[in-house]
Amino acid sequence: MKLKHLESHLQSVTTYSELGAEKVNIELEQYSTSAHLAARMVYTAEFEFGDIEDRSVLDLGCGTGMLGIAAGILGAGAVVGLDVDSGALSAAAENAESMEIGMDFVCCDVARNPCIPERFDTVLMNPPFGTRRAGIDVVFLERALEAAPTVYSMHKTSTRKHLLKKAEEWGVDITVLAQLRFDIPATYKFHKRRSMDVEVDLIRLQKRLS
Amino acid sequence: MRLITHNMLKSNIKGVESGYPLGIEVVKMEEQELEFNPDFIRNMLAKLEWDAFRAAATALEAGGELPEEVTEEMKGDEEVLRRVHHALMEVHLVEGELVCPETGRKFPVRQGVPNMLLHEDEI
Repeated sequence: MKLKHLESHLQSVTTYSELGAEKVNIELEQYSTSAHLAARMVYTAEFEFGDIEDRSVLDLGCGTGMLGIAAGILGAGAVVGLDVDSGALSAAAENAESMEIGMDFVCCDVARNPCIPERFDTVLMNPPFGTRRAGIDVVFLERALEAAPTVYSMHKTSTRKHLLKKAEEWGVDITVLAQLRFDIPATYKFHKRRSMDVEVDLIRLQKRLS
Repeated sequence: MRLITHNMLKSNIKGVESGYPLGIEVVKMEEQELEFNPDFIRNMLAKLEWDAFRAAATALEAGGELPEEVTEEMKGDEEVLRRVHHALMEVHLVEGELVCPETGRKFPVRQGVPNMLLHEDEI
């Protein structure tokens, strides 16, 4: 499958901006990953690193399920989506069903009480950037590394230096795979502009073999 | 929720030591056919907590003939791999409870989604 085909499949996944402003929670920084970014992340994970096909994949903070569904399309052996918001999980379950992706969902507060031991091969996530709650982006990375040895994530490019330092502290290898534009569509009532671009890094973390 | 997911979940209530594996109380289950992927099942054999999986399969009455332990021969035995596939990937707990093995706290499973959220005094 080509990248553009994956992206066009993912266009039919319902996102937060389509759910409507009353369904989203600003404190959770619920912004959907665009089909474009999700396709890029998961395509790279599979065709550059072989981290998707036949792997067990965790979509951490899955929202409406975009990244997990992308992994399902590229042949992940099993995909679990985890989110604190049961409304988002219902939307994600509908998305997975209409895309014919067999995916399980768990309602769990990733930041406060993780319920996943290290058992997955690959984590995919687009965590909160930490604009509402400082440091939550780093908490998500720590949780992800508890769940799997390989993690793909997106972060504001402005936090790159900080994350490189964190990775060194944790003793994991970090690679910035790409710098991309995250087009955030108007999701919340306070959004005046129709959409807004944020520079994001697509990163890969890999635990070193001990 | 399939048993592969159950195998990866634990109770994380404050003070609980391992919180694993979670017991299962079944109200409603269903089976959904899924394409058999022997490579994936072989990979998972190395990662599964086998005893937890067998106990869960028994609770869902899906694992009467699963071997007692994982062996090298199993990986080449398609018949056994298919049974593992069925119990692991095709049996869904739709309604019921997951039970913390240490505290007895029940986590509800509704419409296939376990709710692992804790109350304030459990964190």
